[in-house]
Amino acid sequence: MQTKVENNKAWFLVLPVFLIVAFSAIIPLMTVVNYSVQDIFDPYTRYFVGTEWFKQVMLDSRLQEALLRQFIYSFTIIIIEVPLGICVALMMPTKGRGASLALILVAIPLLIPWNVVGTIWQIFGRADIGLFGAFMSSIGVDYNYASDPTDAWLTVVLMDVWHWTPLVALLCYSGLRAIPEVYYQAARIDQASRWAVFRYIQLPKLTNVLIIGVLLRFMDSFMIYTEPFVLTGGGPGSSTTFLSQALVQQAIGQFDLGPAAAFSLVYFLIILLVCWVFYTTIMNMQKDK
Amino acid sequence: MASITLNALAHTYTDNPTKPEDYAIREMSHVWEQGGAFALLGPSGCGKSTLLNIISGLLEPSHGEVLFDGKRVNELKPEERNIAQVFQFPVVYDTMTVFDNLAFPLRNIGVPEYKVKSKVYEVAEILELSDQLKRKAKGLSADQKQKVSMGRGLVRDDVSAILFDEPLTVIDPQLKWKLRRKLKQIHEQFNITMVYVTHDQLEASTFADKIAVMYNGKIVQFGTPRELFEKPAHTFVGYFIGSPGMNFFEAELKSQDDKKEVLMFGDYEISISDAMLTRLKAMGANKVTLGIRPEFVHVWDGKNNDAFPVEVDYVEDLGTYKILSFLFQGQVMKARLSEDQKVPSGQIYVSFPEQWTKVYVDEYLVDVSDQAHSEDPKKETGHAN
Repeated sequence: MQTKVENNKAWFLVLPVFLIVAFSAIIPLMTVVNYSVQDIFDPYTRYFVGTEWFKQVMLDSRLQEALLRQFIYSFTIIIIEVPLGICVALMMPTKGRGASLALILVAIPLLIPWNVVGTIWQIFGRADIGLFGAFMSSIGVDYNYASDPTDAWLTVVLMDVWHWTPLVALLCYSGLRAIPEVYYQAARIDQASRWAVFRYIQLPKLTNVLIIGVLLRFMDSFMIYTEPFVLTGGGPGSSTTFLSQALVQQAIGQFDLGPAAAFSLVYFLIILLVCWVFYTTIMNMQKDK
Repeated sequence: MASITLNALAHTYTDNPTKPEDYAIREMSHVWEQGGAFALLGPSGCGKSTLLNIISGLLEPSHGEVLFDGKRVNELKPEERNIAQVFQFPVVYDTMTVFDNLAFPLRNIGVPEYKVKSKVYEVAEILELSDQLKRKAKGLSADQKQKVSMGRGLVRDDVSAILFDEPLTVIDPQLKWKLRRKLKQIHEQFNITMVYVTHDQLEASTFADKIAVMYNGKIVQFGTPRELFEKPAHTFVGYFIGSPGMNFFEAELKSQDDKKEVLMFGDYEISISDAMLTRLKAMGANKVTLGIRPEFVHVWDGKNNDAFPVEVDYVEDLGTYKILSFLFQGQVMKARLSEDQKVPSGQIYVSFPEQWTKVYVDEYLVDVSDQAHSEDPKKETGHAN
């Protein structure tokens, strides 16, 4: 019995979304693809070069180093920020005036613009006028983020932890608040230790927000630009030059649009790939066997 | 295993309680004897769960004492009281398997693994979870999850008591009946004190030997299902137990010309014993509430001069029996008709056997039968209120 009516008008309802996505993502992306396969001298003089730019950027040792640096950086801050964020969330009060106060205090770093964060830490870390720098030199540590690569790294990581741990903490906090009281009651009846409560009640219930938290932190940190740019300018040397900064130097500084476009695409695919691998792994881990 | 004594217990959630309504539990004393299967029955919001949480230690009472085997445990945390509690909605540890879930309370107190294993298998067998043991608890259905929750309550056999807070709410009716039987069996097998909170009288009477009926933060009666049915100590018990509940009507003590006092409901005299009359007079109670169960209202087939003429309102057929609603002096009352009784209509005659006509003053039963001399103290405080 055929009762289904063929009606394709529904496609018109999807059309606006197609248009928006086309203008917001597909067309700009295609422009980049377009650049990445051509050598452009001026709008009328351009040559199709195929995969040459891709080969070039993949073999560029400067970019390879930046990529490695980028991975180390992203994983370092995730390893620090996620456990720290969970700890902060666990310590935040859940009731009364203290709860709102804690929320505001924790959220403050998130409200500060990126370049201001860079500036704050640039001053904060200076040995002559900065609190942190002065403190370090007063306890006898030779600390100078402008000349010592290790100090520069330390400062950049510290800055990111300060800026973004609150995001993880707030996500975890909301996850913790969503756990019904009866779970804690049952755990007390079962004589569970504090650790067991965390391990078997809180952590499992936090998995979903943690996935979002880690993905957000990975993507954001992998694309970090403003803060290290303001703080160290990528130096000393190129010790804190991360991928996006290397990209900008190439695209704007040297105006090598072709390689820069090819590099952008590789960059984009790396983020996509890592996120996908991460997401599928977690989702598979969660599945009921 | 322990007997649980509540001594002058009261609880309020407000900081500055002023009136009785501020109390979730109004001052009460009560003893749950060791090894009994008890039900705590009452409507939603009467304080059942509060009372349960006070026993388990999740809540600290604002007044009075909780004693386990005569030892004060007010200050002990739930984990120190060695008590099991099953909640209304299933609580399982999602990431653990069913086996680990059931083993969790045992492992927490350091029971050796071989004992854990045998105990978990035993409980899983009882709850019919044996084939689920290797599964993650997360993927279970709601009633399986609740079985796991119950199982965690049952694995420790040295607990002081097992408390159930309406544990079968999420379970299918058929399985409900089965699980209730299981709990009863477990009780008989291990002789653990069990307190079962419910608002379902059927559930209470199938599970428990003795039922405590709770109303407005107080236990108004504690007795066997039969006692609750035949001799409700409080009008609420009469109303709440039985389906339909007890008929209540207000009557007045009036003196006749010959100086003898009689109990009148409108134009009719209700016969009660002389002992009761004397008692009421001694109490100085003029207005009383009379209660009679629909099952005990006698419906006469024909005209009877000793019975009261009433108007039939309607008859509900409930399959095996019928419920007759009638108007007596303008008040709706119910009587239960047996299957073979003919369905009356129009004006009929009913009478209230003296034995089953209960007299209540200020909501509490006035009892003049033999046991009445051993008045329980609750009743006296009831009068004082």
